[in-house]
Amino acid sequence: MFDYESYLRKDKLPLIWCAGCGDGIVLKAMLRAIHKIGLEKDEICMVSGIGCSSRLTGYVDFNTLHTTHGRAITFATGIKMAKPELHVIVVTGDGDATAIGGNHYIHAARRNIDLTVILFNNSIYGMTGGQVSPTTPKGKRASTAPYGNFENNFNISGLAQAAGASFVARSTVYHATQLEKIIEKAILKKGFSLVEVITQCPTMYGRRNREGTAVDMMQWQKENSIPVSRAASMSEAELEGKIITGILVDAEKPECRAEYQKIIDRFTATTETVEK
Amino acid sequence: MSEKDSTNRVQVLSGNEACAMGALAADMRFYAGYPITPSSEIAEVLSLELPKTGGVFIQMEDEIASMGAIIGASLAGSKSMTATSGPGFSLMQENIGYASMAEVPCVIVNVMRGGPSTGLPTMPAQADVMQARWGTHGDHPIIAIAPYSVGETFDLTIRAFNLAEKFRTPVILLMDEILGHVNEKVVFPRSEEIQVVKRNRPGVAPQNYLPYANTESGVPPMVSFGEGYRYHVTGLAHDETGFPTNKAQDIERLLLRLNNKLERNRDQIIDYATDQFEDAEIGILSYGSSARSARHAVFLARQKGIKAGLFRLKTIWPFAGQEIADHTARLKAWVVPEMNLGQIAHEVEWAVGRSVPVHRINRVDGNPINPLEILAKIEEIC
Ligand SMILES: Cc1ncc(C[n+]2csc(CCOP(=O)(O)OP(=O)(O)O)c2C)c(N)n1
Ligand code: SF4
Repeated sequence: MFDYESYLRKDKLPLIWCAGCGDGIVLKAMLRAIHKIGLEKDEICMVSGIGCSSRLTGYVDFNTLHTTHGRAITFATGIKMAKPELHVIVVTGDGDATAIGGNHYIHAARRNIDLTVILFNNSIYGMTGGQVSPTTPKGKRASTAPYGNFENNFNISGLAQAAGASFVARSTVYHATQLEKIIEKAILKKGFSLVEVITQCPTMYGRRNREGTAVDMMQWQKENSIPVSRAASMSEAELEGKIITGILVDAEKPECRAEYQKIIDRFTATTETVEK
Repeated sequence: MSEKDSTNRVQVLSGNEACAMGALAADMRFYAGYPITPSSEIAEVLSLELPKTGGVFIQMEDEIASMGAIIGASLAGSKSMTATSGPGFSLMQENIGYASMAEVPCVIVNVMRGGPSTGLPTMPAQADVMQARWGTHGDHPIIAIAPYSVGETFDLTIRAFNLAEKFRTPVILLMDEILGHVNEKVVFPRSEEIQVVKRNRPGVAPQNYLPYANTESGVPPMVSFGEGYRYHVTGLAHDETGFPTNKAQDIERLLLRLNNKLERNRDQIIDYATDQFEDAEIGILSYGSSARSARHAVFLARQKGIKAGLFRLKTIWPFAGQEIADHTARLKAWVVPEMNLGQIAHEVEWAVGRSVPVHRINRVDGNPINPLEILAKIEEIC
């Protein structure tokens, strides 16, 4: 069995997450991916915002930074630019990254800075009691959408793709093995890598929307996921309400910190090479 | 500064340029910011100079992001700073509180312009001094210092970094539009004369490191991310290990340590200058650009045989209330000229009680205070 404990701060357990919360499955997939790559704990800096998902950083034995709501990516940008040798992984929620932090999210993707963003999309604000999020599906209920959500929602992966990220992938907690492989690829990829994970919040979302137990919610993930290869031949109508899973973007693009290094090197290189 | 030593140690510069050069002399190696008048020249100079030192300049998407980025860079081991003006300073407040709470050294420059809101983008004010103290929520420690000349801007920028490192706290450098844009002669110190404080690293092995230790000085040693000490940083109330806590005892200990650490070391932080104050009967208390007018007013008053003297704050926060009270005994009155509606005058009143009257000279119309306005007030009261 995989030795999760060697990556956890055991004295900080139990986790604050509810029984049935999907976040623990993401945590485990992430640790397996990190182990598989063989990264040293000291090389990893994990940065999170505010929310249930963002509490993850308190439990893992890396350099960990729990920041302000929506701003994890900005802190992570500072770390990566100042110390590029660190592997900087951002853990964030749908509200954290795409409501209050939406601007930072698209700008980090535009810069294509070498961050791995693991975005826990549970379609709700879990931590603050189930308020509506930019990813709450239209018509679904939230504590601040008692008559059903009347707004449109974001396609989180699409946003990163449109803004210029070099790696974009989506998976679900039901597909934990696929998720692990995707996270592994995302960490290894130079550039902005987004992993959108569909996860369940049975407490604040499932109950209010009569979606059943955590198991029922994962069953729903299973039944509604369409691999990206199959989605290519389906119509928009057929894909309505479905989760397209797999690697959506895997492109080679210049990375932000490496581009800046070229400027630094113009001054640290010998005058001879500069003149060339 | 090595080239400068032999060649041009004397230069004519603006305050914004001097600020950027002071930051480089203090070993600042990370700048993140968002353009705003009247501060933008600081960013422009640093975008040009930082890569030459191996340092990093990045223009962020807004001031919230700028503040987040400098905190991240500081935790990664780079001395870091941002510069802005009123509206941007407002946006930075939440993360300034984070830096206070998580004790991350960094420097925030606010080249003050007229407010509130978009206010007067190209005109000076000093109306953010209270925001510098209380802009972010919660009881928190903060240092704010204010230069009054271009040369002093260079020196105090270095001092801002030194104080930030020494006390593990954000330091706010309060400039204003006049200072930012005025061109003056600067005589740079020789590089061996410049003192640069290094981060106080822990003397213990990683397993024994307490990033938020309740040390005697109130300031725990600090190590950067990626150096083998894997610790946790949060804006939540935390115990000495840095992890969140709900224990009343731990929370209180943290908050008291944070808020006392500057007070306990105030002698090292508080700085002021006096001019013709020894025999003064009328004390003019001022800071920043207003102190330039105040100094001239003292000169004019002395020509008329009036014993006026200048007490100029270089440290705004923590407030030099005790020092001001100690200098009040011989005075008939204090006069406090400032480009706001009395933000520091109020503190002076509080410091001296009813012992002497405190006269205010305030201007909020985008114009500097004229020395003659100050002279008129001096003549009126003596
Ligand atoms: C500036 C600010 N505004 C609001 C909050 C309150 N708040 C904390 S977490 C949260 C929402 C979290 O939702 P999400 O990011 O989706 O994470 P989840 O809890 O669902 O994992 C909010 C609104 C805050 N901490 N800071
Ligand atoms: S409230 Fe929802 S998201 Fe938060 S821990 Fe519970 S199940 Fe998870």
